Amino acid sequence: MRRDRLIAIAVLLPSIVLIAVFVYGFIGQTFYVSLTDWGEEAALAENPEYRVVGFKNYVDLFTGFLHTRFRQGLFNAFFYTMLLVGGAIGLGLLLAILLDRQPRGEGVFRTIFLYPMSLSFIVTGTIWRWLLTPGGGVNALPRYIGLPQARFGWMSSRQQILQIDWQNLPAVTAILIAVVLALLAVQAWRSGRKRRTVAVAIPAAILVAWALIGSRYLPRFLPYPELHGFNLATLGITIAAIWQFAGYTMALYVAGLRGIPEQLHEVAQLDGVNELQYYTKIAIPILKPITFSAIIILAHISLKMFALIFAMAGSDNAATGHPAVLMYLTTFRGNKFALGAAIAVVLFVLVAVFIVPYLINSYRERRAM
Amino acid sequence: MRTQGGPFGRTLLYVALVGFAILFLMPAYMTVVTALKEPADIQLDTAWNPPPSLNWESFSEALSNLGPNAVNSLILAISATVLSALMGSINGYVLSKWKFPGHEIVFTLMLFGMFIPYQIILIPLFQTLRTLHLFGGIPGLVLAHVVYGLPITTLIFRNFYTQIPTSLTESAQIDGAGFFRVYRGIIFPLSAPGFVVVFIWQFTQIWNEFLWGVTLAKHSSQPITVGLAQLAGGQAVKWNLPMAGSILAAIPVLLIYILLGRFFIRGLLAGSVKG
Repeated sequence: MRRDRLIAIAVLLPSIVLIAVFVYGFIGQTFYVSLTDWGEEAALAENPEYRVVGFKNYVDLFTGFLHTRFRQGLFNAFFYTMLLVGGAIGLGLLLAILLDRQPRGEGVFRTIFLYPMSLSFIVTGTIWRWLLTPGGGVNALPRYIGLPQARFGWMSSRQQILQIDWQNLPAVTAILIAVVLALLAVQAWRSGRKRRTVAVAIPAAILVAWALIGSRYLPRFLPYPELHGFNLATLGITIAAIWQFAGYTMALYVAGLRGIPEQLHEVAQLDGVNELQYYTKIAIPILKPITFSAIIILAHISLKMFALIFAMAGSDNAATGHPAVLMYLTTFRGNKFALGAAIAVVLFVLVAVFIVPYLINSYRERRAM
Repeated sequence: MRTQGGPFGRTLLYVALVGFAILFLMPAYMTVVTALKEPADIQLDTAWNPPPSLNWESFSEALSNLGPNAVNSLILAISATVLSALMGSINGYVLSKWKFPGHEIVFTLMLFGMFIPYQIILIPLFQTLRTLHLFGGIPGLVLAHVVYGLPITTLIFRNFYTQIPTSLTESAQIDGAGFFRVYRGIIFPLSAPGFVVVFIWQFTQIWNEFLWGVTLAKHSSQPITVGLAQLAGGQAVKWNLPMAGSILAAIPVLLIYILLGRFFIRGLLAGSVKG
């Protein structure tokens, strides 16, 4: 027995070492590279001599006048994420509820809704690039019902809405977080948890106060106002991504709806709950953990979305840019490895914000089992 | 049985389902229609119309372009899938039947590896492959896919083996079977469904992968996704060719999905961790 336990650990060891090196070691290495200049001109040499320059690359990315694209990329990543998460969850839930009504040919419909999920981003992107060609494809569809041809430049539009000055981003972020906290406070208040209400309301108030007063004393990031916002050119890519991932959330919800005992539905019906109320008042609240998982998975997918944007708009299209694409451009086309590493670290931190609490949570659940 | 909400509700249900099905199939329709047209017949204002005459040339032309890439992808996907499945199976066996103090932490730390944006490891991976003289070739890509595939394969097998009653392995141990005999005699023979799920999942993931293909492979070793991106890139493309290429690149995974959809969905659901 003892010997077998040692064998078991020895068998697992290669994988542990590989993960330790290739995941954790490499993350550390990338972080280190991001603090250097990667040997400037000698960058292409086999072993360039690094000079440690501290956080200079990060300061450049966030406040250097050359790096507008990175900053707009962050905005794009935010909107890609919000729209993909919202769109795929909304559509996926709707499709799952339709299938839960036990239509005939359910299997066929499920297969049709889920097939995009099996495709490569490059296939999806190639097909949708053709569908979203300004002069034809989707833009031509209105003609078939007698309307004029649509003229929207799906990936080429330069229109930007919801603009804010880069300087005001910290204040706007603080307000957004405060709004979320305020909603949580209202929810806690309603369910009568006073301590929790206070614990959430106070930080919200502090954030608002800081945004209104404190943020004025921030140093100027840039000598001029720099507007960023929601690029309409990202819409087409988001639609393609929703087309690809709605089936995924549908599959999650179908599995969840199957898991709800039939008796619950019957009892609800006896109590005079109608079908719509069954879903809104009973099923969707029960499926909350699934919604939570779906948000995490979709958010992390859209935060590292590279191939779809590459295939649909090309890596050089600034309007549809994303830090994941810019990292590739900077590193492998521009040979600026240190700067590329810094972009990768920013991307990693954004993803980790979603993933780490999620993994800790599922760790606790497994421990509790 | 559920109450059906009356004939009106039923009709509405089917109208909605058929409507969505059409929306989901429209891109596929457009792809097939465009791939089958003569280049001269591809006009923006008639793009949705069926081809006036069938032209299968695009497929043979796309195949001659993407053939070598498809072979690369096949070699890459099969070897990396088999290796990562075998390692995942033995890892899952250890983590479900030979739990040691801290096994949950080790497992959680492994899982983290499947959620990272691969940009964060790309530069050191590039350097390491160069140092090992594996940069540019298929073996380097296999290594990357095996290592970063370990979290998901381990996860799927661990969850799968957890369902095998421990009493089964324990009684074998009482009869004197050691670590490997329990695996060979009991666990492995029961593993077929687990292997199917992992094979399908890993194969489709690797077949569809792009980032490493475009950064870590030399021209002669590039996978099909990179070949397709090049085929479709550039401004003055004739669209029949990229569409035919997309169909070729999609066929293996679509076939797997349609024939073995049940297992594909299981892999999909496993990816959301809660096991």
